[in-house]
Amino acid sequence: MSADTASNGNAIVARGLTRRFGTLVAVDHVDLTVARAQVYGFLGPNGSGKSTTIRMLCGLLMPSEGEISVLGHSIPAEAEALKRRIGYMTQKFSLYEDLTVQENLEFLAAVHDVPRAATRARIDELLERYWLGDRRKQLAGTMSGGQKQRLALAGAVLHKPELLFLDEPTSAVDPQSRREFWESLFELADAGTTILVSTHYMDEAERCHRLAILDTGRLVADGTPRELCEELPYAVRLIETPAPRRAQLALKHVAGVVSMAQIGAELRVLADKREADDGALDAALRAAGIDARVKEGRANLEDVFVAATRKPLTEAA
Amino acid sequence: MSLRRMLSVVVKELRQLRRDRLTFAMIIGIPTMQLILFGFAINLDVRHLQGAVLDEANTARSRELVAELGASQVIEFHRRLATPQELDDLLREGAISAALVIPADFETRLERRDHPPLQVVVDGSDQVVQSAARQLAAYPIERLRNPLATSVNNVEIVNFYNPERRAPVNTVPGLVGVILTMTMVMFTAMALVRERERGNMEMLIATPVSPWELTVGKVLPFVGIGLVQVTVVLFLGTLIFSVPIRGHLVDVYVAALAFIVASLALGVFLSTLAKSQFQAMQLAFFTFLPQILLSGFMFPYAGMPKLAQWISEVLPMTHFIRLIRGIMLRGASLGDLWHELAALGVFSALMLSIAVARVSKRLD
Repeated sequence: MSADTASNGNAIVARGLTRRFGTLVAVDHVDLTVARAQVYGFLGPNGSGKSTTIRMLCGLLMPSEGEISVLGHSIPAEAEALKRRIGYMTQKFSLYEDLTVQENLEFLAAVHDVPRAATRARIDELLERYWLGDRRKQLAGTMSGGQKQRLALAGAVLHKPELLFLDEPTSAVDPQSRREFWESLFELADAGTTILVSTHYMDEAERCHRLAILDTGRLVADGTPRELCEELPYAVRLIETPAPRRAQLALKHVAGVVSMAQIGAELRVLADKREADDGALDAALRAAGIDARVKEGRANLEDVFVAATRKPLTEAA
Repeated sequence: MSLRRMLSVVVKELRQLRRDRLTFAMIIGIPTMQLILFGFAINLDVRHLQGAVLDEANTARSRELVAELGASQVIEFHRRLATPQELDDLLREGAISAALVIPADFETRLERRDHPPLQVVVDGSDQVVQSAARQLAAYPIERLRNPLATSVNNVEIVNFYNPERRAPVNTVPGLVGVILTMTMVMFTAMALVRERERGNMEMLIATPVSPWELTVGKVLPFVGIGLVQVTVVLFLGTLIFSVPIRGHLVDVYVAALAFIVASLALGVFLSTLAKSQFQAMQLAFFTFLPQILLSGFMFPYAGMPKLAQWISEVLPMTHFIRLIRGIMLRGASLGDLWHELAALGVFSALMLSIAVARVSKRLD
């Protein structure tokens, strides 16, 4: 199998991965390559096919088309063998709310065949690492979002998986907990674990080693965050003006303007390098009688995301 | 199949059950309440029907007859009526279920013996009332004419296992079946659906746990619970209603165990069909009615049309009712009833296999 031979050194290789639900194409011919011991990000809006892709890679959903090789296993045929080697943290909290922290972890240890003698020490270790030591006897359902998320992570790595799938792990968590959570992820990656994490937060995407941007089931960009920013085919212009709302209206119909966003007193414009150069923007602003200065800006991941997932401007507005 | 993984599911299930106070209370509460309710209430041997007398003869012998029939306690003659019209009205209103009509020419009819000398008018809308009133037809009227005449019944009925004709003796063994069906099917029908509804299933199927480990692990705790319920019913049944256990107690438990497994298998199967706990509940009720109505618990198997009998043969409760009545009341052994036990075994194996095959480790 071609995907299999290509998997040398890679944790995940997928070619032409497609999933249809009736007439809806949730995932549309996605090609993926994830190297080992990397934190690989899936960035995309809701409904872009992130969860469906992750479920297919875990062997929980049958692909409609395409080849998958994960840790050298051909999926879905060898899904059961794969399940011993991966950890999966679902989007919704999926441990038992009516069991205590300790009981949940004991259950997962047994189900994952963690040797009985090692279970106790392993649970103690995880409770300490994820600051849950004093929550041992608390029912999981009564904990805060951040605590639940740390428990879910502890549960997902309990059996020391080589590959970890995290589906929007930080969606119900405050910023401080998110930072701590990402520290834990890099700790795991340093120890050799490959991590595939989906998110719709730009700051999280920025931290990944590599990144794939999904939009309506299609892979629209992938690379390191820096590559993606450098390869952006548009220019970023910052417009300083006392009337940013009016400026936005004035530039709306200038050819080559891809997107605009007001950031404080500034207007951030993403525009085609040749079509909408400084001169064209200046002219449009002057014609509307707006006092403004146009500066060069640096592309960030949000620009990449907007450019990759953009709809025609008139439709979006 | 890994024993440790299966046992961990059992332990998890028991821990969750312990925290679910209401369900926990129902395990003992349901059998106790039902036993007491049904034990006292279900009685097909009807007595004390509300009745009336329309005595158009009003002679010494007619009054004697009314007194004697009243003494049988089948019908209590509270009212004396004057016209047939009154009788019609009372029956329609439901104020009385039966009425004794003694015609004006009662004496002549009695002497000439060419017409029945009296009538019992019965509310035929209730089948049980109908058959109760029929007992009155057996009354030896002949004795009124000639008190010395010895009346001999043509057929003597010898009641073997329940000579006192006490209703609880017939209902309590069957109640073991009813209570087990209700709780066992219901609890397990919820089991897998709940995991799915609460989102635990997606986490579970991403682990190495197999469908067999999961299904058997979830069902096993309920086997113990079912046996506790059987014990409660048997204990209260002998204590309150003096229901005999004539066969071996071990046989009773083996039969109960076979039925528990069959009910759990049915429950798990339903659990794989339902998409929500509400649906699971409805499915459980859907199987519940035929089990009670067609199993022979309420109405005799022999009285059903062929089609109903076939359906009844498929229901695990039918075989359990035969087993438990046989063992408890007739003192039969499992050897005598092995085919009923085998039927339960086949049912369980079939249901459980279908259920496990349907527990897919995929989301689609």
